[in-house]
Amino acid sequence: MQNKLQQRYYHLMMMPGVVLLIIFNIIPMFGLILAFQKFVPAKGVFGSSFVGLYNFKLLFMYSAAKQAILNTLIIASAKIVLGVIVPVSFAVLLNEVKSVFFKRTVQTIIYLPNFLSWVILAIMFNNIFSYNGIANKFIALFNAEPQLFMVSNRYFRQILIGTDVWKTFGYGAIIYLAAITTIDPNMYEAAAIDGAGRWRRIFHIVLPSIAPIVVLMTLLSLGNILNAGFDQVYNMYSTLVYETGDIIDTYVYRMGLEKLQYSFGTAVGLFKSVVSFILLASAYKLAQHFTDYSFF
Amino acid sequence: MVKRINFADIIIHFVIFLMMLICIIPILNTIAISLSNKTSAMLGEVYFIPIGFNLSGYQEILDDSRFFNAFGVSVLRVILGAGLSTVVSVLMAYPMSKSKLRFRKRKLYLWLLVFTMLFNGGLVPNFLLVKNLGLLDTIWALVLPCSVSVFNTLVIMNFFRGIPDSLEESAMIDGATPLRILWQIYIPLAKASIATILLFSAVYHWNSFFDGKIYINSADKIPLQTYIQSLSFNISVTAMQNLDPETLQKKLEMSNLTFSAAKAIVSMIPIVMIYPFLQRYFIVGMTMGAVKE
Repeated sequence: MQNKLQQRYYHLMMMPGVVLLIIFNIIPMFGLILAFQKFVPAKGVFGSSFVGLYNFKLLFMYSAAKQAILNTLIIASAKIVLGVIVPVSFAVLLNEVKSVFFKRTVQTIIYLPNFLSWVILAIMFNNIFSYNGIANKFIALFNAEPQLFMVSNRYFRQILIGTDVWKTFGYGAIIYLAAITTIDPNMYEAAAIDGAGRWRRIFHIVLPSIAPIVVLMTLLSLGNILNAGFDQVYNMYSTLVYETGDIIDTYVYRMGLEKLQYSFGTAVGLFKSVVSFILLASAYKLAQHFTDYSFF
Repeated sequence: MVKRINFADIIIHFVIFLMMLICIIPILNTIAISLSNKTSAMLGEVYFIPIGFNLSGYQEILDDSRFFNAFGVSVLRVILGAGLSTVVSVLMAYPMSKSKLRFRKRKLYLWLLVFTMLFNGGLVPNFLLVKNLGLLDTIWALVLPCSVSVFNTLVIMNFFRGIPDSLEESAMIDGATPLRILWQIYIPLAKASIATILLFSAVYHWNSFFDGKIYINSADKIPLQTYIQSLSFNISVTAMQNLDPETLQKKLEMSNLTFSAAKAIVSMIPIVMIYPFLQRYFIVGMTMGAVKE
């Protein structure tokens, strides 16, 4: 009797979240039917005719779509790789610092960009990389010609990758630093007695100790291979750099909501969701296998 | 022991200091531009110290009633959005933290949560849903679609799991209902992690611009980031291609660098205000259960 009441309470507590999830997450999944239709808003989902995989074929026929997929892969994989290397190296270096004040100040500052929106950061970087901006003043010190960085296909990808690493590395570094501080000090002492220097200590104690969390974070970020960062790209790109900077999400937005090709936009989105889903699901499985990590 | 100055130490401190500078330079530069006179800002003479100090950029904000209106919309959205999201997450996290024996349908719910976390309908179907629900152009379009964060629910759930069962059992013997146990035992114990997700979802709501762009049409309902974005988008960058420096100069002078820099700074203020809390709770949350005393 007591137990039945308890179950009822539990269901009741799940209710608000589940109702919201069903309305705003599950129901839109039925909208994916659009991807297989030639959707005409006036006719509705039920009146529109089915076209099979036609929309997906278009995806691999339009060169702009192919370019967007390629750009996404390049930008996202560079972000994933650097998004591991930079924070890990920084955390290892920061751990070598003795002064608590210096350490704390650095942490406070490097973590801040993570909380600023891309709308604001785009304003900042537009200034910095503009014709008269600091970046050009800096390269002028080396006698280089001023560049229009934000509209140059040669530099745009690097700028996207660099500014993303700039924004997020502090967050990662703090996570890794927290992992480093849990290392048993006895290990350092034992190593010191055996005559290990700084580099030995880093490569044989620090890095192996944080390896599990590094592997975990990397595996989980694999699910982002098709997420090159909509907010960032949308706020920083322009028609001149579509060639190198247009990504799947921005392409879906322009096709689906600006040009009102609902069906094609949905198909591209579905393609992305399916690939991400497979990658994420396998990443979770791998994470479970290698690091005994179970989030659920 | 004599303290030796180590060459490697100097290099390490230097590299860290450099990275820190790189992190702060864009922000300092924007602050300096926002406080400079317009011409110096256009000519790129401003680095980190304002040139021709004046507050005209901020003056323009004070005169811009739409800015304040948008600021208000964003505040409302943060309160509604972060509040709802936290309440829903905590409510779900409690039953989900029970074992399969205690909460028989747990597995079913878990599947639902994980599935919605990994898979979604995508931009177009979400937009059509909001449209068909008649939520377009209301604040609810900004609050409801992202109101359930499965990730946050799982974070709180994992924290709840670490709370000893005996606490709950003794309360149950005294006849407390699950709701009361959650309210009087679990929530007070999990204050730090609940504060973390509350702050993080507040930051999320404050920073979102895209939903405001696609779901809101009326000028008086637009949130702040969307408003700023709509004004500053592509500050004449597109027009700069292949222009000689003089024409470029003219183009640049038409845009208003100090005003947009001032807007960026003002919209950062709330984030900077809660930043100490974000940092404190985040570090507490990260090291919880990991630090050995």
